[in-house]
Amino acid sequence: MRQRFFRDNQLHTAPARSDVLLSVQDLEVTYQARRGLVQAVRGVSFELRRGESISLVGESGCGKTTLGLSLVRLLPKQAEIRNGSIEYQHGNLFIDVAAADPDKLRHFRWSECAMVFQGAQNAFNPVLRVWDHFWDTIKAHTRMPKAKARERAMELLGLVQLEPRRVIDAYPHELSGGMRQRVLIAMSLLLDPQILILDEPTTALDVLTQRTVIDVLRRLKEELGFAMIFITHDLAVAAELADRVATMYAGRIIEIGPVNDIFYQAGHPYSVGLINAVPTVSGAFADLMSIEGAPPDLISPPSGCKFHPRCAYATERSRTEEPELVQIGDGHFVACHNWAAVRADMAKRRASTNGQHTNGQQEAS
Amino acid sequence: MSDPVLQLDQVSQVFSSHGKPMRAVDRVSFAIREGETVCLVGESGCGKTTTGKIAAGLRRPTSGQVLFRGRDIWSLNRRDWQEYRSAVQLVHQDPYASLNPAQTVAQILSAPLLRHGLVRNRRHARERVYELLDRVSLSPVEDYYDKFPHQLSGGQRQRLSIARALTVNPSFIVADEAVSMVDVSTRVSLLKTLITLREQLGVGFLFITHDLAIAKFFAWQGQIGVMYLGRMVEFGRTPQIVNQPGHPYTRALLSAVPEADPDLTRNKERIMLASQNIPNLLNLPPACTFHPRCPLFEAGTCDVIEPALTQYEAGQLVACHVTTGRVVAREQVPA
Repeated sequence: MRQRFFRDNQLHTAPARSDVLLSVQDLEVTYQARRGLVQAVRGVSFELRRGESISLVGESGCGKTTLGLSLVRLLPKQAEIRNGSIEYQHGNLFIDVAAADPDKLRHFRWSECAMVFQGAQNAFNPVLRVWDHFWDTIKAHTRMPKAKARERAMELLGLVQLEPRRVIDAYPHELSGGMRQRVLIAMSLLLDPQILILDEPTTALDVLTQRTVIDVLRRLKEELGFAMIFITHDLAVAAELADRVATMYAGRIIEIGPVNDIFYQAGHPYSVGLINAVPTVSGAFADLMSIEGAPPDLISPPSGCKFHPRCAYATERSRTEEPELVQIGDGHFVACHNWAAVRADMAKRRASTNGQHTNGQQEAS
Repeated sequence: MSDPVLQLDQVSQVFSSHGKPMRAVDRVSFAIREGETVCLVGESGCGKTTTGKIAAGLRRPTSGQVLFRGRDIWSLNRRDWQEYRSAVQLVHQDPYASLNPAQTVAQILSAPLLRHGLVRNRRHARERVYELLDRVSLSPVEDYYDKFPHQLSGGQRQRLSIARALTVNPSFIVADEAVSMVDVSTRVSLLKTLITLREQLGVGFLFITHDLAIAKFFAWQGQIGVMYLGRMVEFGRTPQIVNQPGHPYTRALLSAVPEADPDLTRNKERIMLASQNIPNLLNLPPACTFHPRCPLFEAGTCDVIEPALTQYEAGQLVACHVTTGRVVAREQVPA
């Protein structure tokens, strides 16, 4: 199965094996719904290397969150990992996450791989102080003495740019949304995980708060050296924080590559569409385009390339044959039959907007 | 230039919070002309939504006037009030909460048409509903006519909300975060639909958003007002605000926005604020409310005298002593 899927590319051989923290192969996740099986994740493979950040981008309902949850095996009851493997390797420690028993999983979660869930800044226990939340986690996972634990908590709160003294004994309602999000990030780092997964970490935050959270994440990643997977629908956040970007559509990674390759030389019409749909503030005034139509029904997805009903580049081949990831650049893989044409058009468009260097007073079309 | 359709003059809204007065909107003034767009931007709690509600006549301001074609809306007679209420329509943020789930598209759109006597009979209503659906690009219209809101996607629902606002031929639409709940991919086409309405029907917009990039795209030919803690701190034509902001708060906001372009966003000049803490509306700092966070703070001026909106560039008003060059020399400040 794995051989067939990766026949055409070198995803396996590219990075040195020791560098890879997490290796996901052929992952398939389904949900049992009344109408049938929802194919939420359909054969996703990628590798997360030490210290890098990967951003998963895509519209709602493309499988980003399901993929994130399956990496820590926290899928809801109706969901099932049907196929594939999730392997974690750090030093001598090897964990087969997809098959791990509860004890192993318990260690894997938080100590090796922590996750900050979407909207979790609103899920604190309102009658517990920040410190109690920290202490609960420490008690559940370690035997650290209380005094030492408190010291560690204070240190982490300082790292996320909060005033430890003021925050540690505060109740959640005394903190703003951005402060709570930073408390969560501090808590997630409590056990020194190698991997941090963040689901929409800056959604619903104000501009200046969002900036603080982004800067905190970037600095922490540099200082502590953990790897990061962050799930976002906001391409601007991906442009800020990602080393690599993976675009998801209909449960698959349809393009993955270094951040600049995706933003400037994307090969998938869906990635291009997402990028062209987001306005910039300080860039030139550019006309924007949207992707017409809606993501497919994952119970009975369309034939061939799942994007073909919305795609301007679709050919007969797209309608019948689902494209596999092929390498089109250094570490850049795309699943599109017509990537060459897509990339050429993107280059043309970029050349024409780069002509207008600043926000001139030109007329909007 | 035509007279303003809607004008807010020194409008304030004071709420009471545990017996203490809270100024949610503080002496805000601006005018919108026929077919013009004004965007209000600012962080949560800055009073932009309340200002929108005041403009739509949903809230009576504590003080100040709202003028519709030159007349105070709160002293209109019944008939003129009705005319005003039809002329100014709202599009809400959440398309999942703003549509009646028990009514079909046809019912939602024909109710106001029949109620206001804008159609002669049911057949005429049907024609008009088709026309409205077509205007907001819900086509083929027959497919949507008998659908319920739950059968529509978020973007389609928002189009339906817009169509509903259009039923009574408004001259003006207040759109409060109207595209922020819609997926990125469809956001642009929704904005373009609104732009088409502006161009074809001459509908004016008060467009409220927290997203500066959206404001820039939608109001490129209009104006942007930046609000901070209930006050308007900067107001001007969009290219001015985006390219040469005059208020330190606007500058900080613009520098903080992440851009969907790695080179651009990673090389952007950042403005650091003196403090991350947003003051409480119940306990505002004196004079310029931005001074405890302001990187350009001048002691003796900014914490003593409240800055008024002053001309910064032609057509651009800024409420800042420092950037408009009105810092009082230290020795002149009374002890």
